[in-house]
Amino acid sequence: MEEDEGMTARTTRWDGWPARVIPPVLVIAAIVALWWWLVARDDSAIFPTPWAVVTGAWELVQDGTLFEHIGASLMRVGTGFGLALLVAIPLGLWMGWVTPAYRTLNPVFQMLRPISPIAWIPLAILWFGVGNLSPVFLIFISSVFPMIVQTVSGVHTIERRYLRAAANFGVPRGVLFRQVVIPAVLPEVIVGMRIGIGVAWLVVVAAEMIALHSGLGYLIMDSRNAGNRYDLVVASMVIIGLIGLLLDGLTRLLERLKTVRWRYVR
Amino acid sequence: MSAEGKIAVDAIRKSFTGAGGKALEVVGGISLAVADGEFLAIVGPSGCGKSTLMNMLAGFEQPDGGSVRIDGRVVGAPSPKGIVISQQGSVFPWLTVQQNLMFGLNGTEHAETARERAALADHYAAMVGLKGFENAYPHELSGGMLKRVELARALIVKPEILYLDEPFSALDALMNLRMRNELLRILAEERHTVLLITHDVEEAIYMADRIVVLSPRPTTIQATFAVDLPHPRRIGSPQAQALRETILAELGV
Repeated sequence: MEEDEGMTARTTRWDGWPARVIPPVLVIAAIVALWWWLVARDDSAIFPTPWAVVTGAWELVQDGTLFEHIGASLMRVGTGFGLALLVAIPLGLWMGWVTPAYRTLNPVFQMLRPISPIAWIPLAILWFGVGNLSPVFLIFISSVFPMIVQTVSGVHTIERRYLRAAANFGVPRGVLFRQVVIPAVLPEVIVGMRIGIGVAWLVVVAAEMIALHSGLGYLIMDSRNAGNRYDLVVASMVIIGLIGLLLDGLTRLLERLKTVRWRYVR
Repeated sequence: MSAEGKIAVDAIRKSFTGAGGKALEVVGGISLAVADGEFLAIVGPSGCGKSTLMNMLAGFEQPDGGSVRIDGRVVGAPSPKGIVISQQGSVFPWLTVQQNLMFGLNGTEHAETARERAALADHYAAMVGLKGFENAYPHELSGGMLKRVELARALIVKPEILYLDEPFSALDALMNLRMRNELLRILAEERHTVLLITHDVEEAIYMADRIVVLSPRPTTIQATFAVDLPHPRRIGSPQAQALRETILAELGV
């Protein structure tokens, strides 16, 4: 029970919400202050002050376009990421469990994985045109490989003692999978999902910069092209960052599931 | 049942391929018979191949030569007839205490409905002193309680044999002593054949009917002692101390 005492000692001193909120807010405030001061000092005609960014964003909120762009981006991420999840988990479990499948497919995936999703853009346009399908495909490509890899590694790192116990009790295969393999792999799948959603969000913005008429990526390019509205460019960037933070926070909520707590309380 | 007893081990040997491809003989020919309901302790110096022996008895490894029979039938694979409890433990951390206890019931015909399984799990939880913790997760329990979960999970499938591989050696000294008594109490309620592997001579004397002393690698049986002392035993008694001295002398300490 020594670990428990260690945990409480570490968490009680620095645990309330102020400890988690105040330091990052201070850093952000410092960055904004520095930015404001630099813009004011150089009297830049084109680079916006933080206040200009806020008023620019407010403009977009008022005419409703901001939410359309956010909705479009999230829809693409949701579809591409969802499809990737549906493919990656069964495939990863299968590859992790069946060694010949791993030996056959792993080199292929390890080769595809380091190719930047951006490099797929020309092919995506060739195959799927310039509609919604191209970014969805790019998001799928970018998030499916990290999730496969994490799931496989989750299966490979199941501790032998648990598999031995299951063999000892002679449970049917279905029970072995439902009550041992899948729960043992789940924490690793959640790590994969965090990585996957992160790259998906990264990629959707890049993908939307090309020949689309909605989405936050499009908003950035359109704001620049339509009269150097750098206040809107920066506002979009800030919103992209905030939504990224939110998506990561949402996937982290999965770590609170009762069946995966064991992984985080050691 | 055949005349040879519950477990009949006939001249088993096992080698592993060590570094440089050289065969390393770990178990060098062991024969032994265990009677139904007997509590047999196997003690030996560390690294002598105790666990390899246990793995072969429980069916996790096949001997290179010789055979292990249970009720006259050769052991080919692990089965719920003999459940292993080891030092490191294997309680599933992602299942609650009750779900852990019910786990083994999936492989057998002990209980039909989910309600019966839950009732059985609660009965065994109470037996090992875990009443009130049925819905706790293992990480919320202490080391001693985890051992109780493991014990109850094994007992619930009514195994004919319990293989205990240094079951309590990861616990602190006090909990170790407590779990010995707990185990004896449960065995008095539900008789099982028990094979205890340990390096703790006192633990063996305290619980076993018979003690087998193994030699260093490649391990063989060096000596066998019957423990003819009534329960509850006192380690401090002159007979127990004399036996302890003799066994330690066999182990070269």
